[in-house]
Amino acid sequence: MSWQWFHRLGSPRWFYQKSSAWLPWLGGAALSLLSVGVVWGLGFAPEDFKQGNSYRIIYIHVPAAFLALAGYYIMAISGAIGLIWKMKLSFVVMRAAAPIGAALTFIALFTGAVWGKPTWGTYWVWDARITSMLILFFLYLGVMALSGAFSREQSGDKASALLALVGTVNIPIIYKSVDWWFTLHQPATLKLTEASTIDPSMFYPLITMIAGFYLFYAWVLTLHTRTMILQREGRTQWVRELVGASAPAKA
Amino acid sequence: MHPARKQRLILVVLLVALSSAAIGFVTYAMRANMDYFYAPRAFAAGEVPFEKRIRAGGCVVPGSIVRDSDSLDVRFAITDGEAELEVVFDKILPDLFAEGEAAVVTGKLQQDGYVRADQVLAKHDETYTPPEVADSMVGNASCQGDAKI
Repeated sequence: MSWQWFHRLGSPRWFYQKSSAWLPWLGGAALSLLSVGVVWGLGFAPEDFKQGNSYRIIYIHVPAAFLALAGYYIMAISGAIGLIWKMKLSFVVMRAAAPIGAALTFIALFTGAVWGKPTWGTYWVWDARITSMLILFFLYLGVMALSGAFSREQSGDKASALLALVGTVNIPIIYKSVDWWFTLHQPATLKLTEASTIDPSMFYPLITMIAGFYLFYAWVLTLHTRTMILQREGRTQWVRELVGASAPAKA
Repeated sequence: MHPARKQRLILVVLLVALSSAAIGFVTYAMRANMDYFYAPRAFAAGEVPFEKRIRAGGCVVPGSIVRDSDSLDVRFAITDGEAELEVVFDKILPDLFAEGEAAVVTGKLQQDGYVRADQVLAKHDETYTPPEVADSMVGNASCQGDAKI
């Protein structure tokens, strides 16, 4: 099997040039799905017979938590590819994914707290789900801190990739915590193997928001990766030409 | 695959496998402490210490809620389908607290076998239903008191 295509994929320059064509499509699709989902979920979906309108936080909380978990795998797998194939681009993707994942985890924790007060009666409890989600937030912060803690960029790449890989064990723990242990947090509503326990009129806007969050994630990750490529490759000929051609001449 | 890359791939897989195993063993060893609350059957079996702050969770037994007429005092029972536990509480209950719904209480187990709670939280389930649909269902108490609370 030829690995040539794989190595070309790892070239930051190749990625930068190719990805500029994807950006408008990704951004456009993400923003349209998100606006449809927000209006549908917050405005038109029926209220829940027990929770009333407060359940609508699900339309932000669940997609953010989904992407916080999926984004961790993207970050860790990028780190693994970087370690194994010494691929520059995948380390850049790993570094770019960390702050996005941290932000999504924070959104999931924050919306969860806002949702918890009117339903459970408290903003925060130290049950297995919420605590493991907080650990995920710290793992993201740890990857960010460790990647910037070395004067040699390659050392930061390696160290933070190792931390990201060790942290992957937390993802199945977060996902299964509500089934393995007694928690205040309820078990999953969207199930892979059986019927979801949410009415279709509430489910369709939710799945729209989840799809929108996925596209939004891909869009933001691409944008952030491109910015970091320019920063890292600042001394190379192609970046100098790119910047020199588009930037106004200095007086 | 290049031998050097193959070796690094094996190292990465080993790193993930070994760290997962290590954390798996730690959480398994701590499994009793991973639970946020005790089920009523743990009280019946005498596994819960007296006069220490503990949490208990279960379904509020329908018909068990007794309110005091001139104070906030309320008395109710929670169940996991095997055993029942009496709870006494003297503050305001959360909005979603109801018969047939799950609740998690924090308090101290008294010698008489009931829990004097200083906090009661409502534990809602994972189903979301519009009011019209809920009205057409028979008996919408979601918490059936089975082992999985």
